[in-house]
Amino acid sequence: MSTSTETNPAGAQPTAAAPARRVRRLSGRDKWVLGLMVGLPTMIQLALVWIPTLLSAALSFTRWNGLSLDDIKPAGLSNYDFIAANYPPFWPAVQHNVLWLLFLAVVATPLGLLLAILLDQNIRGSRIYQSVFFTPVMLSLALIGVIWQLFYNRDSGLLNFLLGTAGTPHAVDWFGDSGVNIWAALVAATWRHAGYVMILYLAGLKGVDPTLREAAQIDGASAVQTFFRVIFPAMRPVNVIIIVITVIESLRAFDIVYVINRGTNGLELISALVIQNLVGEGQVIGVGSALAVILLVISLVPITFYLSRAFGKDKEA
Amino acid sequence: MTMHEDALHRASGQGGWDRRTLLKTFGAGAVAMAGAPLLAACTGGSGPAASGGSKSVSFGSGSSDEVPKAAYKAFTDAFTKKSGVAVTTNVVPHNDFQNKINTYLQGSPDDTFTWFAGYRMQYYAGKGLLAPIDDVWAKIGGNYSDAMKKASTGPDGKMYFVPNYNYPWGFFYRKSLWTAKGYEVPTTFDQLTALAKKMQADGLIPIEFADKDGWPAMGTFDYLNMRLNGYQFHMDLTAHKESWDQKKVSDVFDTWKALLPFQNPNALGMTWQDSAKNLADKKSGMYLLGSFLTQQYTDKAIADDIDFFPFPELAMEGRDAVEAPIDGLLLSKKGGQNQSARDLLAYLGTAEGQDVYASVDSSNIAAAKGADTSKFTPLNKKMADVIANAKSISQFFDRDALPAMANNVMIPALQSFIKDGNVDVKNLEAQAKSLYAAQ
Repeated sequence: MSTSTETNPAGAQPTAAAPARRVRRLSGRDKWVLGLMVGLPTMIQLALVWIPTLLSAALSFTRWNGLSLDDIKPAGLSNYDFIAANYPPFWPAVQHNVLWLLFLAVVATPLGLLLAILLDQNIRGSRIYQSVFFTPVMLSLALIGVIWQLFYNRDSGLLNFLLGTAGTPHAVDWFGDSGVNIWAALVAATWRHAGYVMILYLAGLKGVDPTLREAAQIDGASAVQTFFRVIFPAMRPVNVIIIVITVIESLRAFDIVYVINRGTNGLELISALVIQNLVGEGQVIGVGSALAVILLVISLVPITFYLSRAFGKDKEA
Repeated sequence: MTMHEDALHRASGQGGWDRRTLLKTFGAGAVAMAGAPLLAACTGGSGPAASGGSKSVSFGSGSSDEVPKAAYKAFTDAFTKKSGVAVTTNVVPHNDFQNKINTYLQGSPDDTFTWFAGYRMQYYAGKGLLAPIDDVWAKIGGNYSDAMKKASTGPDGKMYFVPNYNYPWGFFYRKSLWTAKGYEVPTTFDQLTALAKKMQADGLIPIEFADKDGWPAMGTFDYLNMRLNGYQFHMDLTAHKESWDQKKVSDVFDTWKALLPFQNPNALGMTWQDSAKNLADKKSGMYLLGSFLTQQYTDKAIADDIDFFPFPELAMEGRDAVEAPIDGLLLSKKGGQNQSARDLLAYLGTAEGQDVYASVDSSNIAAAKGADTSKFTPLNKKMADVIANAKSISQFFDRDALPAMANNVMIPALQSFIKDGNVDVKNLEAQAKSLYAAQ
């Protein structure tokens, strides 16, 4: 390499000198550093994400008791067949995931947007409200369980007390009645999701060029028109992120149903079924892996959408 | 199942032992723990040199709550004192211990460890991960009833398990309520339903019931199946040697349907602790649960007012079978070569060893004959008699069946049965077939 750098200036051509300088910049040590910087994250990504993913996809076509590797037996599609045909919680879980998505998209996300717009108005104590609405996102699982227990408890909960039915036979069993508990869980989920969306939109709103707003007002647009015609479209990058987050949140929804009753009796969700089948003594590795693969395939749709949007825009720019 | 154990351990954590014992055991535990590494360091050097039986035993314990932990500590200390063998105890939180048992047994398990009788023991014995201990049973066999022996036997007919203690499932009720209303203990199923009808007319919830956590309802299923189809059928069904898709099984659910109107209609939203409160408040007449229920009553006036009767007879075998989950010790495959570990198990199987354990943890009933019963309450004595006279002992569904069957299949099936009285035995069989085949 050193010889080439010496001979090239002899040619005295500036065009030839440029590539030569580039070559020189990549000395042996640079190559090592570069290799490490690219290789290490790739290795970590491979080891922690791709290899486990591929392994669990492979395991979904086997039967295994989790003991010795010799016990792994090929099972073809029988795990998927079992899930679709013989596993009663699966289809309710799919329905609940869809319901979860619709509810977050129609109620929780718009609510978060509304909160963001209200708090963006420079009202007094805006910071305090922000913290209050964002707190649920940061709370631990156990605490959330306790908080909602206080609301929903059949005999001593706040909700039945306000309805005047506490202690009577008409009291609504918010967690135990399988017709009601999914809605109770959705309200709890909204409580968290709205705060999350609010913070993202607040950041988005702060990033919108104020001159846009002024221009719209000068043109005589009403506040509502300004928002929907000007501000909202200007927040397109945030919107894409919010859509993806909403979809992903509804797919990995898990913690709230898990603290209520571990995802049984009307609260089945795919993620809860994955946990039930993969973790602990009741593990059925083949079935659990198959459920995880199903969840992965479903999640790939919004992820692909997001990535194609994100990178597509980079190319335009 | 973890949930089941979890509840039990929580219960024993809240158990009726006063602050002084707590402080005492804490103090003793702290001193002992501080001394343990020292001891281990002293004996560690000479231990492996001795050929044949090593002079140290490692003991893996999932009994992580204070009372059982201190009780096992007292037991191993007593063993060390008696035999001069040092015991290194590795305590793991009970949930983790159970969830990781697969990897634990395949990795480098301790010589001996805490576990349960039933299918969950037989399964690992069948996989060759445990060491048979027929020689130990030759010494201690006389201390146990036939039912205990049956529960400690592996699938190959060899002995694997040494029972430490157990606790029966049955109907619990408040004596004062029953005397006031003139209720009598039912011995047949017809008497039970007649009594329940009477209680309903008196404005009570006849049979208290809670199944938010999913596992408590299994107790009702187990008893109905055993009383209707016999102990052996129940064992064969839980081990999936019998099909679920047959009349005998649907008969169990049909019989249960007659009982459902008398059970608490809000069961699906309640935990067993909620139910325990209802029983204490005399809102309900009786409650079918394990004896850990009594640990919930810290008020002595209520605790002394609780009585117990076994599940009434129905179609066969009278009341011979009792559901009484047994906890005890197993020997790992690696520990099988350690004679001292075998001695430790043998010591647990003596009345002396059991008394040492029970002197700290008195909430359960010692499994061996001849254990000290002088400190028993009348209720404990009654329960001990029921177990001692049992011809066969079942271990509760989640211990007798494949854990996945209990966890993933039975819980949703029973919850939906409680909801609308329907159960699809064909689907139960389809699921059982697939799950047991994967093992």
